[in-house]
Amino acid sequence: MGGNSPCASCKLLRRRCAKDCVFAPYFPPDDPHKFAIVHKVFGASNVSKMLQELPVQQRADAVSSLVYEANARVRDPVYGCVGAISYLQNQVTQLQMQLAVAQAEILCSQMQQGPVMPTQQINEDDHEKSYFLHDNLIPQYINFDSSSSTVIHDSFKRESIFRHDMVS
Amino acid sequence: MISGRCAACKYLRRRCPSDCIFSPYFPPNDHQRFACVHRIYGASNVGKMLQQIPSHDLRAKAADTLYFEAKYRIQDPVYGCVGMITQLHQQIHNAESELAKTQAQIAFLNSNDHAQESQVQNIETKLHPDSNILILPEQINAAGGLWSYVPASATSTDQTSWF
Repeated sequence: MGGNSPCASCKLLRRRCAKDCVFAPYFPPDDPHKFAIVHKVFGASNVSKMLQELPVQQRADAVSSLVYEANARVRDPVYGCVGAISYLQNQVTQLQMQLAVAQAEILCSQMQQGPVMPTQQINEDDHEKSYFLHDNLIPQYINFDSSSSTVIHDSFKRESIFRHDMVS
Repeated sequence: MISGRCAACKYLRRRCPSDCIFSPYFPPNDHQRFACVHRIYGASNVGKMLQQIPSHDLRAKAADTLYFEAKYRIQDPVYGCVGMITQLHQQIHNAESELAKTQAQIAFLNSNDHAQESQVQNIETKLHPDSNILILPEQINAAGGLWSYVPASATSTDQTSWF
């Protein structure tokens, strides 16, 4: 980086790595694949513009999310990240249904036992947490057929996106 | 075909050939669609990505998903649509916790039901055929009032045989 080894971006682009290279902090020379995949999907010029428009403290997260999206797009050229979103949204819907069934079962049970039993009603706090009463985050028009995305589904299970590199 | 240019060729100010890779997926009446995609990915990258996809239907879906991701990246330059994935993971985690809690409540209620049923059965088996004891439902308290039951004709000394 700078006067030392050029960053992965400048190595790939075959140019001098300046001291204030916008890529250098986020694309170290020991991980060339990380920049290669981002460059393939977004292009170095676009990534540079995106990073320059952000405050410095947000750039690391931006790079992580760009790497994540680029990896998703390379693995699934048709659906990219949207395949994962669709899959996760289905999971949420299924869980919501299971929760509704379970809560209905409790209500039935309470009704059968009558007023003697201590109430085991859902707390008000739980209602607030019942996100299925709230608007879904995902626009309802998303109805992508993610049948081609089965390969990437396992990788989008609960994992810390910003704590380990999707590239490796 | 200058008047029939697709949104991409209009944006790029070039002639739109008959085999333009963009024209089926970026109609001229939606200039914002290509503008978003071009801003994030660049026309050249989009063209290459579409070329690599073999069928028209899949290319159409790819163009849709590229537009979706580009739009979210413009709205949220730091996380793009990955922010949505994170939120969905959180929703799933919350739902699973909620479901586990609810299922535990159901298990608790069911175990209470079984305990009450077995208590009722114990009372019934201890009745002798020639007993003149009449058990009224209200005398059996569901909260464990078995010990408060007093047979109608029993004296205090007879109560010990029940336990």
